[in-house]
Amino acid sequence: MSSYLSVRDLKVHFPTVDGIVKATDGLSFDLEKGRTLGIVGESGSGKSVSSSAILGLHRKTSAQVSGEILLDGTDLLKLSDEQMRRRRGKDVAMIFQDPLSAMHPYYTVGNQIGEAYRVHHNVSKKAARARAIEMLDRVGIPQPDRRVDDYPHQFSGGMRQRAMIAMGLINNPSLLIADEPTTALDVTVQAQILDLLQDLQKEFESAVIIITHDLGVIAEVADEVLVMYAGRAVEVGTCKEILTHPEMPYTWGLLSSVPDVSGDTNARLIPIPGNPPSLLTPPSGCAFHPRCPHRDKVEGDLCVTTLPELAPGTRTETHLKRCHLTNPDAVYEREVLPEIAPDLVEEER
Amino acid sequence: MNDKHGDDKLTPLPATAGFLPQDDPISRTEDPVDADEIDYLSPVEGHAASVANPDAKAIIEVRDLKMYFPVKSSSVIRRTIGHVQAVDGVSFQVPEGGSLGLVGESGCGKSTTGRLITRLYEPTGGSINFNGRDITNISSRQLKPLRREIQMIFQDPYTSLNPRHSVGAIVGAPLAIHKVVPKDKILPRVQELLEIVGLNPEHYNRYPHEFSGGQRQRIGIARALTLQPKVLVADEPVSALDVSIQAQVINLLQDVQREFNIAFLFVAHDLAVVRHFCPEIAVMYLGKIVEIADRETLYNRPNHPYTQALLSAVPDVKQAAIGGRRERIRLEGDVPSPINPPSGCRFRTRCPIAQEICARVEPPLLQIGQRHKVACHFAGELGQHPDRPVTTGLLGVDDSGAPDPGATPSALAADEPGYSDTWFDLERKTMASA
Repeated sequence: MSSYLSVRDLKVHFPTVDGIVKATDGLSFDLEKGRTLGIVGESGSGKSVSSSAILGLHRKTSAQVSGEILLDGTDLLKLSDEQMRRRRGKDVAMIFQDPLSAMHPYYTVGNQIGEAYRVHHNVSKKAARARAIEMLDRVGIPQPDRRVDDYPHQFSGGMRQRAMIAMGLINNPSLLIADEPTTALDVTVQAQILDLLQDLQKEFESAVIIITHDLGVIAEVADEVLVMYAGRAVEVGTCKEILTHPEMPYTWGLLSSVPDVSGDTNARLIPIPGNPPSLLTPPSGCAFHPRCPHRDKVEGDLCVTTLPELAPGTRTETHLKRCHLTNPDAVYEREVLPEIAPDLVEEER
Repeated sequence: MNDKHGDDKLTPLPATAGFLPQDDPISRTEDPVDADEIDYLSPVEGHAASVANPDAKAIIEVRDLKMYFPVKSSSVIRRTIGHVQAVDGVSFQVPEGGSLGLVGESGCGKSTTGRLITRLYEPTGGSINFNGRDITNISSRQLKPLRREIQMIFQDPYTSLNPRHSVGAIVGAPLAIHKVVPKDKILPRVQELLEIVGLNPEHYNRYPHEFSGGQRQRIGIARALTLQPKVLVADEPVSALDVSIQAQVINLLQDVQREFNIAFLFVAHDLAVVRHFCPEIAVMYLGKIVEIADRETLYNRPNHPYTQALLSAVPDVKQAAIGGRRERIRLEGDVPSPINPPSGCRFRTRCPIAQEICARVEPPLLQIGQRHKVACHFAGELGQHPDRPVTTGLLGVDDSGAPDPGATPSALAADEPGYSDTWFDLERKTMASA
């Protein structure tokens, strides 16, 4: 109970004409202050839906949200709309993926950043503007006192993303959610933004959730990793554990389907067969079983009939995985590693 | 190619089948793959990185290619007030059946270069040779037969397919336009193509919205393959796709390249994907090639400070997994405007090692290895950049970039596509050969 953010059995269901879409189905995780949690998964795995639930963005929609979201001991789901409004943007802030559509084209950047401050602080427009300039300077925008009066379209992609970060951080939030903060950016700008986020996190001691599908970004910034598939967590652990000793075939699939800039060129690119499942009619048992190449190593029809528990793996108590495989390490080292990193296997011999 | 679709038409349906929602449109868009299309049993085929054939001759040769887009004033009389120098003097070769990767940040002119090769734009200057024939300024009538040889795969599979046309019409259109096969043979050919790209041939009468992103990109690839082109320009073919799907499409592209001996110009910003697909890679910055080399040289021994910065910025999963984290070179600021690019070397405004000469003289794209060219006055491996410019003797200038009356400029600086047998050895400052 000591964790700063504690999400328990979060469910976000969307009723549609054709049935209930279970976008998030029983998600639990904890996050301490000053730590970064990376959430990875394909589109439609429920990453973004879960995080917008933390911000209470499903309140005025038809979505059914259940479970507990404890922030510093308070259940955010039990707050009234007015109480949530006072916290949103102040204690919990979000950086959205696409800054061009997240900013209003008719208002200046400074106006929008200042508004985020004025909503939570009783200050004059002038003071808010000064604070906006300070934040723009903080995120590394040159000549902030001039650029503050620019409109979003006058900023480049990297600058817009910086402005979004300035807006997210203006109230020193203790929990920052960054939804694909660098997906639309070039690698050099991405590196700048990730550095900036880490610097600011150190300064403000915030808890950060980074949502991405890029394992490289995860490797750079995350302390802990949560791998999501079809609305559920399938593997949780520290960044190093997940990247060096993954125990869930979906994580293996993610690792073996992305090429690497420094790896062996004999490494094979092995795609995950098929497509992400429909959340309307998810597969029975383990949702990954239709695409899992290691299903035959589990006795009987267990994968098809029974949903595996999110249980501690073979190594540490904190490394959780949702899989029926009993000897994942052996399978990984024998079958997966030689294909994706032949150089590492050679070295060990 | 691979028989992924079973004989589903022959399997008798269970008795309850009639009562179940068979063709529910929502679940179809959510999960467009028929269960019988996924191959559960056979092992998933993985592909290693593509390799180069050193003896292949060039099928595309580009020399000093330029593309300037006019910038018009906003007054009633729309005068040209400047030019966006999107591509400014680019030379390279694409070997037959091989692939050249073009990488760089957005706005560096890599997509424009791709579109120039397909002649979607008319170049402002320079020349494009296809199979020894100059296609730089040929008319649209002359272009039509050429379209059969050079095709394109687009980035966004959602906007590059006409939503009102069925897959059969989309993939079959090139056959009808170019009248390659009689009308009644179009459908069998379309089905054959769909099978090649791993789609169910029976789906020819479906519409693009019924397919997922990865499947749509396969349709785009089938359309590009229809006329059996010799060159494919792939403009960010996988960037719009989910990670797990990217690998499927890259493997498919490698398959079709091997099977039909197609040359690829692979435009992408993802350095890891380009490394996997292309044995040879050119790095572009603000309309110019700053470094071009084979894969091993470019990724292990880059000589241009921009390439070094670019590579250090790529997050590296495997490095992080073994605990090593590379030192990142921070590039300050944004890419300058291509309307008014910096004088001399275009990278100098953000370059950590720029000196006076960089603002005065533009560095030539100098061959410094058997298959390695770099455009930098201070070319050298990371941390080993020379203190004095290496290019002065060749350009006839002194160390600060002012003309040096004592020196004679060398003809080496001429920017030729391809590589020559002799090159400038950086360490000995003399010519070397293999």
